[in-house]
Amino acid sequence: MTNSASIGQPLDRVDGPLKVSGAATYAAEHQLDHAPLVGWIVEATIPTGRIKALDTSAAENSAGVVAVLTHRDSPAQTPFGEPDDEGRFTQSRAMLRDDRIRYHGFPVALVIADTLANARHAAGLVEVSYESEPAVTVAGEDADEKPDELDGGLDADVSRGDFERAYGDADVTLDVTYSTPNQAAAAMEPHATIAEYDGEELWVYTSVQLIGPAVQVLANTLNLDPDKIRVLSPYIGGGFGSKLGLHNEAVLACLGAMHLERPVKVVQHRRHVFHNAPHRGNSVQRIRLGASRDGKLQAIGHDSFMPRARDYAFAEPTGASARTTYRTDALLSRHRVKTVDISLIDSCRAPGHSIGSLAFESAIDEMAYRCGQDPVAFRLANMPDKDPSSGKPFSSHDLAECLREGAAKFGWDQRESAPRSHERGRQLVGYGVASTIRINILVKSTTRIRLSDDGSLIAWANMTDIGTGTYTILTQIAADILGLPAGQVQIELGDSAYPASCGSGGSFGAGSSGSALRDACMKLREKLVDIARKQESLKSADFDGARFERGKLVLGDKEVPLTELVRQSGHDYLEVEGKVEPGEEHEKYSQHSYGAQFAEVTVDRDTGEVRVQRMLGVFSAGRILNHKTARSQLLGGMVWGISYALLEELMLDERYGAFVNRDFAEYHLAVNRDIPEVEIHFREQPDSHSNPLGSKGIGELSISGAGAAVANAVYHATGVRVRNFPITLDKLLEHLP
Amino acid sequence: MKPFDYQRIGAVEEIDADAGERSSFLAGGTNLVDLMKHEIETPERLLDISRLELAQIEDGDQGGLRVGTLVTNTGLASDARVRERWPLLSSALLAGATAQLRNRATTGGNLLQRTRCYYFYDTARPCNKREPGEGCGALAGHNRIHAILGASEQCIATHPSDMAVAMVALDARVRLRAADGSQRELPVEELHRLPGDHPERDTVLQPGELILGVDLPAPPPGRHIYRKVRDRSSYAFALVSVGAILHVADGKVGSVRIAFGGVAHKPWRARKAEQALQGQAATEENFLKAADVELADARGYGGNDFKIPLARRTLVAVLRDAARATEESTP
Ligand SMILES: Cc1cc2nc3c(=O)[nH]c(=O)nc-3n(C[C@H](O)[C@H](O)[C@H](O)COP(=O)(O)OP(=O)(O)OC[C@H]3O[C@@H](n4cnc5c(N)ncnc54)[C@H](O)[C@@H]3O)c2cc1C
Ligand code: SF4
Repeated sequence: MTNSASIGQPLDRVDGPLKVSGAATYAAEHQLDHAPLVGWIVEATIPTGRIKALDTSAAENSAGVVAVLTHRDSPAQTPFGEPDDEGRFTQSRAMLRDDRIRYHGFPVALVIADTLANARHAAGLVEVSYESEPAVTVAGEDADEKPDELDGGLDADVSRGDFERAYGDADVTLDVTYSTPNQAAAAMEPHATIAEYDGEELWVYTSVQLIGPAVQVLANTLNLDPDKIRVLSPYIGGGFGSKLGLHNEAVLACLGAMHLERPVKVVQHRRHVFHNAPHRGNSVQRIRLGASRDGKLQAIGHDSFMPRARDYAFAEPTGASARTTYRTDALLSRHRVKTVDISLIDSCRAPGHSIGSLAFESAIDEMAYRCGQDPVAFRLANMPDKDPSSGKPFSSHDLAECLREGAAKFGWDQRESAPRSHERGRQLVGYGVASTIRINILVKSTTRIRLSDDGSLIAWANMTDIGTGTYTILTQIAADILGLPAGQVQIELGDSAYPASCGSGGSFGAGSSGSALRDACMKLREKLVDIARKQESLKSADFDGARFERGKLVLGDKEVPLTELVRQSGHDYLEVEGKVEPGEEHEKYSQHSYGAQFAEVTVDRDTGEVRVQRMLGVFSAGRILNHKTARSQLLGGMVWGISYALLEELMLDERYGAFVNRDFAEYHLAVNRDIPEVEIHFREQPDSHSNPLGSKGIGELSISGAGAAVANAVYHATGVRVRNFPITLDKLLEHLP
Repeated sequence: MKPFDYQRIGAVEEIDADAGERSSFLAGGTNLVDLMKHEIETPERLLDISRLELAQIEDGDQGGLRVGTLVTNTGLASDARVRERWPLLSSALLAGATAQLRNRATTGGNLLQRTRCYYFYDTARPCNKREPGEGCGALAGHNRIHAILGASEQCIATHPSDMAVAMVALDARVRLRAADGSQRELPVEELHRLPGDHPERDTVLQPGELILGVDLPAPPPGRHIYRKVRDRSSYAFALVSVGAILHVADGKVGSVRIAFGGVAHKPWRARKAEQALQGQAATEENFLKAADVELADARGYGGNDFKIPLARRTLVAVLRDAARATEESTP
């Protein structure tokens, strides 16, 4: 009998009703017994230097103000970035510690008042004068520092075979430089924290993707015992990498709460978020490709140049796509960074593959044309039989089938191959394709579950649901394995008091936390079967075919309710822990999810306006845990892809080290009307190496390729290859007929 | 927000004669309240006019229409008379903002909305419009959305309204009431100023002067087209917009009205282009010539150089479409 909550079923979000009714409390909405004080961040207006003079008297005397916290009176903190042998999510994030300005927007004061309006108004009365120091605000192809490692522990440089030689000998070559702009993660919910401190314990209600490191970063920064810190983040309105770690408002709220021993709430205003939360740096990507006359890739070169924020070790692996998508005789992938005095640069929506594929899959398209081949055929002719960068076998490889199936479903054969072949009135029409791959990661995770004698199951983990559907798929995993209705399963997440999990990021959340939960449920099943074996009436039952269904243990023609088994254990409930850890399978195999994406665009020949008319993606990401939430993830990624290709650009004013378009009216993301028909198909193939569930990462899959499909369609429509993203109309205009 | 006094106005007569520099009228609040939160606008007194009896659309003289200042953008765009006889106006309105904003935004507020220049919004940056004499952050900064016509070294901001572009093309007039109770009328075209040496002044309104409404004269014959060119298909201000009404008879331009948006500190009535087209053959070549005449003095500031060819191409496209449509509709 099928359980409507079985793994794979399109179960509605279990937290949906709470969210639509407003009952799910996001960080800023958390209710304390008394309303917290409200803090407003005062930002530095120079990129680097020192505070020369700071006058807070007018602000302090302003209505409702309780304190103006500055470096002169804020609680003691560990210097920024220490200890330096730790990762960036746990190193001290000290602020208001000394008179040093690290970047434009760096907090110079926190105005704490009774209301938001009073705090905000008083913030304007804080007078600061600075001693500016020379700042480095721009990075481009001059980046020449080699990072120790890239995000995810990848090597900065990878070299296989003799690239220069293979490239030099190739019949057909391409040497092009692409650039992508600074980008903001742009989560709907701004970064927000309420902190409460009683002189001993610190409680932090915040919005963060990784709970464990959040405790540690506060302990390090504030010199507190981690056992005295509780971090809660039950609901998160999007993170997109910008909430992996805790950010400025969280540290400031804690400083305020510790200073006053009263609860303090700090919500970043949308304009704050662009500087007081991390962003993605701009990239320059030089791509060199060499192929034989018949279109076999022989040399793949990718050189990446990006900024790195001073004292913050994050370097994005934009070469990820170049390293693993296609076969080649020789491969050279290098990453260089340049230290800049700009607000923190960190993960943003599929670090590496998303902007890496934007450039690389565009360059591959160029190469297909240069070789006189159809872009789908060219890709298919260059499928790798092992990971080109590591030489390891793939745990599974399904890119070719995604491309074939996608091309058939999209109607690729209707497309004339020459650019500018299709027109509809004054619109030039184009069709583009891109391969999609995203690395599959498994992260150590634990969980604890309890089955009570009333038949309810609770699972605890310090996992987070950043809006992706984690509560829902975990409910399904437990319900499926234990044969319970969804309504009897309760998933408790987002609390540092719960067992340590992977957290949300890198598309590893579902597979990792889900596998830990699966492990716990399997152990619970064993326990239940053991109890049943001891039962006299079940002596002759068929234990080999034991099944868990409808809240019962079914043994052939006999069945026994789980509630009864719990009671027979002599306890009110049974509790077990489960865990998962990456092992050999992740050492032995190169693991990825795959997809192929297709786009149809129109370009107005008069104005250059590009509008996406149709998108289609075929994806292969192991076993699908919930077809509805999986589809939503892929749909979301395709929408972001449209933004990457056509819209998003955080504009930096180099004179001030400041971003200028700090709101959603001018930082353009795709809106509803920009999103056309989007078709999503799954090629569902459980991967026996990925994790015990057979699932693979899906959250960052479609975003890694969607943008390139759109960009390639723009080329096909116009014959114009824009190599500096986003493809705004001004870059096309002069080339249009 | 700076603390302020709030006064709800029940009838225009309640407006003090000294409602001057330090007061602001609150209509829909979709622009003013934002600017007050940023303390870019810091009125000492807010006069809430939103309950005045000025929310009607009435038939005017000689086939015209009288629009009260409190008519919402949605109300005006969906009025059956406007949709039928002044489609330029209704399509311009619908091209602006979002449904939620249009439900709240008023006619007078829309006319008087302030620029979206990035530097105007960032109080840490110099801006002559915000603080006269500070300098202009956009001049040597990011100016992709800035003016190509009629700007000055003091300010290169644009007026962001779509509605106003249509009104200027339609020869609409604003009815004004000064703080002392006296009334006057102006063409909408003369309401907004060019920045010159005083970019802090967007319009010719006197302190305390209230917009009572806008009068639309009977529409000229011809095809109405509002074309807004923007980065995304909704919820974005115009990079360039063109509002045009073209009447073609026997292949010749009978009458034509053209206004540009997104190119200047005010909605830009393209009178030179209109003149160049009058009585000429409605051909692509003549449309191009007209555009070139109008844009002869256009100048870019780096980031917005593309607006010059964009304005030219958009105007030609609009005229081409309008000409085709009027030819088709006249037997
Ligand atoms: C995100 C966003 C996107 C937008 N996109 C667009 C767009 O694409 N196109 C577009 O055209 N607009 C756009 N708008 C602007 C919107 O149209 C204006 O905010 C709106 O029209 C202002 O009307 P209001 O009634 O709310 O004005 P308010 O904010 O109340 O007032 C604006 C100004 O007008 C003054 N005022 C109001 N009424 C009178 C009167 N009767 N007499 C004298 N002074 C008066 C006020 O004192 C104030 O200075 C956008 C706005 C936002 C926030
Ligand atoms: S263009 Fe005008 S509004 Fe913008 S910064 Fe310059 S002076 Fe200010």
